[in-house]
Amino acid sequence: MKLSVFRLSYWNRRGISFRSSIASLDPSFDGGFSGKSSIFWLVIHALCCLISLILGFRFSHLVLFFLFSTSVTNLYTTPFLSPGSGGVSQLLRLKPLETTSSTVKSSRVVVGRHGIRIRPWPHPNPIEVMRAHQLLVRVQKEQKSLYGVRSPKTVIAVTPTYVRTFQALHLTGVMHSLMLVPYDLVWIVVEAGGTTDETASFIAKSGLKTIHIGFDQKMPNTWEDRHKLESQMRLHALSRRVRDDKLDGIVMFADDSNMHSMELFDEIQTVKWFGALSVGILAHSGHAEELSSLLMNQVKSKGKPSMPIQGPSCDSSQKLVGWHVLNTLPYAKKTAAFTNDKATLMPSKMEWSGLVLNSRLLWKEPVVDKPTWVKDLNLLDDSEEMDSPLSLLKDPSMVEPLGSCGRHVLLWWLRVEARADSKFPPGWIINSPLEITVPSKRTPWPDSSSDLTVAIKEAKSGQSATERRSGKPRGSKSKSSKTKQEPKSF
Amino acid sequence: MKFSSWILIFLVCNLTVSTISAFRLSRSQPTERISGSAGDVLEDDPVGRLKVFVYELPSKYNKKILQKDPRCLTHMFAAEIYMQRFLLSSPVRTLNPEEADWFYVPVYTTCDLTPNGLPLPFKSPRMMRSAIQLIASNWPYWNRTEGADHFFVVPHDFGACFHYQEEKAIGRGILPLLQRATLVQTFGQRNHVCLKEGSITVPPYAPPQKMQSHLIPEKTPRSIFVYFRGLFYDVGNDPEGGYYARGARAAVWENFKDNPLFDISTEHPTTYYEDMQRAIFCLCPLGWAPWSPRLVEAVIFGCIPVIIADDIVLPFADAIPWEDIGVFVDEKDVPYLDTILTSIPPEVILRKQRLLANPSMKQAMLFPQPAQPGDAFHQVLNGLARKLPHERNVYLRPGEKLLNWTAGPVADLKPW
Repeated sequence: MKLSVFRLSYWNRRGISFRSSIASLDPSFDGGFSGKSSIFWLVIHALCCLISLILGFRFSHLVLFFLFSTSVTNLYTTPFLSPGSGGVSQLLRLKPLETTSSTVKSSRVVVGRHGIRIRPWPHPNPIEVMRAHQLLVRVQKEQKSLYGVRSPKTVIAVTPTYVRTFQALHLTGVMHSLMLVPYDLVWIVVEAGGTTDETASFIAKSGLKTIHIGFDQKMPNTWEDRHKLESQMRLHALSRRVRDDKLDGIVMFADDSNMHSMELFDEIQTVKWFGALSVGILAHSGHAEELSSLLMNQVKSKGKPSMPIQGPSCDSSQKLVGWHVLNTLPYAKKTAAFTNDKATLMPSKMEWSGLVLNSRLLWKEPVVDKPTWVKDLNLLDDSEEMDSPLSLLKDPSMVEPLGSCGRHVLLWWLRVEARADSKFPPGWIINSPLEITVPSKRTPWPDSSSDLTVAIKEAKSGQSATERRSGKPRGSKSKSSKTKQEPKSF
Repeated sequence: MKFSSWILIFLVCNLTVSTISAFRLSRSQPTERISGSAGDVLEDDPVGRLKVFVYELPSKYNKKILQKDPRCLTHMFAAEIYMQRFLLSSPVRTLNPEEADWFYVPVYTTCDLTPNGLPLPFKSPRMMRSAIQLIASNWPYWNRTEGADHFFVVPHDFGACFHYQEEKAIGRGILPLLQRATLVQTFGQRNHVCLKEGSITVPPYAPPQKMQSHLIPEKTPRSIFVYFRGLFYDVGNDPEGGYYARGARAAVWENFKDNPLFDISTEHPTTYYEDMQRAIFCLCPLGWAPWSPRLVEAVIFGCIPVIIADDIVLPFADAIPWEDIGVFVDEKDVPYLDTILTSIPPEVILRKQRLLANPSMKQAMLFPQPAQPGDAFHQVLNGLARKLPHERNVYLRPGEKLLNWTAGPVADLKPW
């Protein structure tokens, strides 16, 4: 019976239960107890509980210790509480148990109750937090050098741009992405219509190594022509700068309207000669209903709307077998033709930004191990049409698929442009006052005009005044904010 | 002339030896070999160095108990079961007891579980005693040495003291019949009654497959400074605090609960293993007993263990240089843990991480099935092999009796 009582309490809590230590002792004391002694023990237990409630510490444990000290050969100590001690930060006095013989060396670690040590100001020290952060940085640097890329190559980013309303929006995004790249970077910015101070000052803010090239044609208005011009601009950059200056590294095309992830730059370091990535296409339309109706059609036909992705596709053995290309049929006849068109703007069949190449492919001089399936860039001159860098290859099947064979989408295409005739303040600085100024009606600063004092008197006169002015929403506001600040009414 | 030629030969030999060692060092670039005798000992092969005879006990001592409760295979005391399975199929096993150096008694003393899964040690002394009486009466080898060349696996909280409560365990002491045997246990604390001289400390069992399945890529940056998940106050058994963990865990909570560097809480997240791999330091404080599976998990996941347990004896302490791998903090220094950890120089931290990355270290902490070279089973055998050859006083003179078969509490003498 006693044992089962003990087991019951044990089942509720893990193991040690001091409260039931009197009621149910070790099996060593088991056996031979009559019912009277069990009642006796229960009464003692209840008494001890009451005394503990009054005194505030575990009286019963103390009694048990003094009555039943069973240790024979060991030296161990049990502390007892000084009565009335509260608070966790006090250390306890220890009373060693006297023994006749101790066969074991005394341990400095004592069993029993210990105080919980709290230092006087248990809050973080900012200097130590700084040191910990420096340790974290050091450990992460070591991790990067051990498990990251062994010998990182320079990243050469080619961006065609031109001055327009949304240039600041797009270039800021690209600039910040490139500033975060942990490898050496060269940023080649090709500008249509010649180099301008606006663009130059923008890219100078990045602090990166930049090459600003001008291209002598202005950006046309139709999207098709724009794509062609951008291709020409990129080729111009490749041939003039990468080839002639013999830049060494990995060339990637960072169009200013794209959004790049940081894993992209880690992934392109693994390119040997020519690689392809998956680009997520976020097609955007001026007519929101139109796009949603298109998606609904997609859902009806296939059952699941899928985001279109442009990129390599592989078979099960991770070899390149083909390309995912955007299905433009649902959008046929509804694509935007020119910049003011509100219809959906579609990317070209194979975006430049989804391909990366080793800059040594473009060099004039013969390079060791240059693969034979690449055409020589010298043989293409600027006037030739190249809608995608795949035409640079004689054998497109030698392209290396990146991002675990195109399953990771590492960048997104979303071309948002303002109308061609939209205006924006030059350099985004408002120097001259704007044409129309409307005085503010609710500024928090009091104005010492006579109009205002009259209004305040009116507001203070009574509630009826505010109710008469209930049509104007500011009336109630001035009443409520009267105590805080002087209202400015008109 | 002859003398100088001998000098030359000696120098040439020296050079070749040193180049060989340098070559071995450079081969393992990101990990560091623990130079000296300690590190090499981890990779010793015990096969051929000792012979173990496994007693055939009736299945009520092992198999039947396991059948009654198969949870024994996955809890942290499962080492005793896997040890028997390993020894039965190991090349060190011999069927001829006359040529055996060590004798193994397979009795599962930690398999009597509550519905919660915690082992009850009340019947264990009687079970052990009954097993020893059996082998003493059926084979002559126990009486020959009174158990000095026998070893037992007792992975319970306080080893062969067979109690979960420390005061009672100290009161009972080690089972008198095991006074001369070698004990393989997880508990280890210096100058403690329940740690016998010559015991082998092993790590608690941690499931290897489960840990392997939660590995994350190694280039994931370690962004947590200190990590801990577990109880600080055991409100069920010690509501006021002060008994559990000798107040150390409560001190950790009270001092660092608002410290952004310390990611400590009592939650049970599903990403526990992944989080450990993203942390630099993992706290391994004592609980009711000084050992815990956290040490094993920290070593497997490359997180530097911060051991807060006074006088603890860590697993395989004679083979693994724990001082070089982990950080030891006295319980009285817990309030200054942040100062201690942030003042460790970065080179020391990087070196500890390199030592932890050593695959032989991780292997030594595990009990994989089937057994692999260098794992915890082999380390136990290495430890046993290092104790050979037996001393002269192991073998008793005929008629000499050292053990007292009637010692201990009266309830232990009952048959099982």
